[in-house]
Amino acid sequence: MTVLTHQQLLFLLRGFGWTIVLSLLAFAGGGVLGFVLALTRVYAARPLRTLAMLYIKLIQGTPLLILLFLTYFGLPALGLIVDPLVAAAFGLSVYVSAYLGEIWRGSLEAVPRTQEEAALCLALNWRQRLAHVILPQAVKIATPPTVGFMVQIVKNTSLASAIGFVEMVRAGQMINNATFRPFIVFVLIAALYFALCYPLSVWSRRLERQFDVAHR
Amino acid sequence: MRYDLDFAAPLAHWPELLVGAATTLGLSVTATVLGFGLGVACALARTGRSAAAARAAGAYVEAIRNTPLLVQIFIIYFGLASVGIKLGVFTAAVMALVVNVGAYTAEIVRAGIESVPRSQLEAAQCLALGRWHVLRHVVLPPAIERVWPALTSQYVLLMLASSITSQISTEELTAIANRVQSDTFRSVETYLIVAAAYLLLSLLMRVLFWGVGSVAFPRRRRLGTPL
Amino acid sequence: MSPIVEVEAVCKRFGTVPVLEGVSFQVQPGSVVAIIGRSGSGKSTALRCIDRLETIDAGRIRVCGHDLTAPKVDVDRLHRDVGIVFQSYNLFPHLTAEENVMLAPRLVLKLPRAEQRELAARVLSQVGLADKAQSYPSQLSGGQQQRVAIARSLAMTPQLMLFDEITSALDPELTGEVLKVIEGLARNGMSMILVTHEMAFARKVADHVIFMHRSKVWEEGPAAVLDAPRTEELRQFLGNGL
Repeated sequence: MTVLTHQQLLFLLRGFGWTIVLSLLAFAGGGVLGFVLALTRVYAARPLRTLAMLYIKLIQGTPLLILLFLTYFGLPALGLIVDPLVAAAFGLSVYVSAYLGEIWRGSLEAVPRTQEEAALCLALNWRQRLAHVILPQAVKIATPPTVGFMVQIVKNTSLASAIGFVEMVRAGQMINNATFRPFIVFVLIAALYFALCYPLSVWSRRLERQFDVAHR
Repeated sequence: MRYDLDFAAPLAHWPELLVGAATTLGLSVTATVLGFGLGVACALARTGRSAAAARAAGAYVEAIRNTPLLVQIFIIYFGLASVGIKLGVFTAAVMALVVNVGAYTAEIVRAGIESVPRSQLEAAQCLALGRWHVLRHVVLPPAIERVWPALTSQYVLLMLASSITSQISTEELTAIANRVQSDTFRSVETYLIVAAAYLLLSLLMRVLFWGVGSVAFPRRRRLGTPL
Repeated sequence: MSPIVEVEAVCKRFGTVPVLEGVSFQVQPGSVVAIIGRSGSGKSTALRCIDRLETIDAGRIRVCGHDLTAPKVDVDRLHRDVGIVFQSYNLFPHLTAEENVMLAPRLVLKLPRAEQRELAARVLSQVGLADKAQSYPSQLSGGQQQRVAIARSLAMTPQLMLFDEITSALDPELTGEVLKVIEGLARNGMSMILVTHEMAFARKVADHVIFMHRSKVWEEGPAAVLDAPRTEELRQFLGNGL
């Protein structure tokens, strides 16, 4: 059994690095937009709330691969020259924003109504209530599912390979084309994903347990 | 900059797209049924008496849930081929989807099983019902009824994820879309049409699941209330 | 006639806490025994031990010819000979009243469908719920659910029926209908052990009363003992009402 050459291994690890970078970009982009969506769905006027809901339902009802193809072909159609990284980051951010938006909306709504009332009765304005009373509690509630969703983000970066971005799977495909040892290559890649995702999964479950105990 | 959106060109390929949609549906329904069976078996293993079976099922679930579906598909299609097991694209696609959704099903059904109160088991045992009868008639029916909404969502997600099998050239909707857009040069329009098609398929699947639920859970059909 | 239940010097502890300390009593066939006492006195545990829902640490229990301390107990046979009704009814929520009653006869006794239906109709009539056969537990009141639970146990034609505080979870106005069913069973000669808080009912229906206190059988005797308690503890217990 031929083991991968030193160069090939390094190439794979570079892909691994890009997987992490893309995940962080998607989380950042999707997080900002998701936060705006969550606030919109809880506090904005009805037409905006409905728009936000439609956006979320639309994105959640579309396969990520189709979304990525749409950004890959759509952005240039708008006159922007995009490379695969930008297209992937953009497409993933849109995808992530819908899911994080839903999770965070749930977290905002899970903060007991009585907290909002108490803050209101202390003459805090909306921004102050949000910043000092609602958000700190919502963040605590949101942390376990958000960490859990980060696992999904990392796994979903694998689809960026379909639009030519050289993250770990694409790197693996290229190595496979040279070595023709798909079993070893892809099992190795699976192991690397596992090394990234499993700790996050465990952490998310631990956070959930701690949260349950605190709130019994 | 391209202002003019031309939907007519890709829409003219509707017969191909329809076949693709049918393939997607076929893939999804097959994988759903088989994945459900696998998932229930694993959930039973994880809540059963054999610690070894529970550990094995647990390892399987963790392995699948922490690795991407795309990689799983490549391992099953290319990986197995390289060790002598050559599968057709449809078979490999179904296998990968079954193995994948089985793990998620296992977690959902396990939660359902654990939600059945111990007092129910006690009452059943005191009626002299054996282990298998207790599972089949007292534990699983309310467990699955309770998690039916979660299962429905999971299988709709599965249908959306089936698009990933296009990467091994399975002739489902996304693969057809790729062909159509390269033929017509109307990529944005093609993918928008296909996105709409997936939305319709999601709706169709939800209706199907609601229907199956009505037949399988007469209590729910008659009373309309959750368990 | 030999007793249908023989409890001999039974001891049991949960961890380090003693729950039964040298408990002994007998139940004659066809008689109704009421076990009374404060919460924590061990009465429910004693009942559960008789149907082998709990195991004992010392002593012997013989029920319907089964020796529960023998190395191999035919638990299935035991559960067919002994019926038990719980405080929280434990009806199967996804089945109708009729289906709840028919389940064990169908799977364990392997009765054909027509006989199952007949049997269900009979026991549901016995508890006064023939017209509720197609209802689901969520559509029934607490008293009705409890009566279905009784019917479900009766369908297996047990020799002995155990009742674990079956009216404690019911609103007062619903206990009457359940107690009437028990009375009917007693009249028909069913051997029964009732763990209960209903003193008036125990006085009316029981042949024998066992008062448990601090994990022991403190006092026992015919039902009249409730009017003339010999021990101070029983006097206090009756005086307080609960």
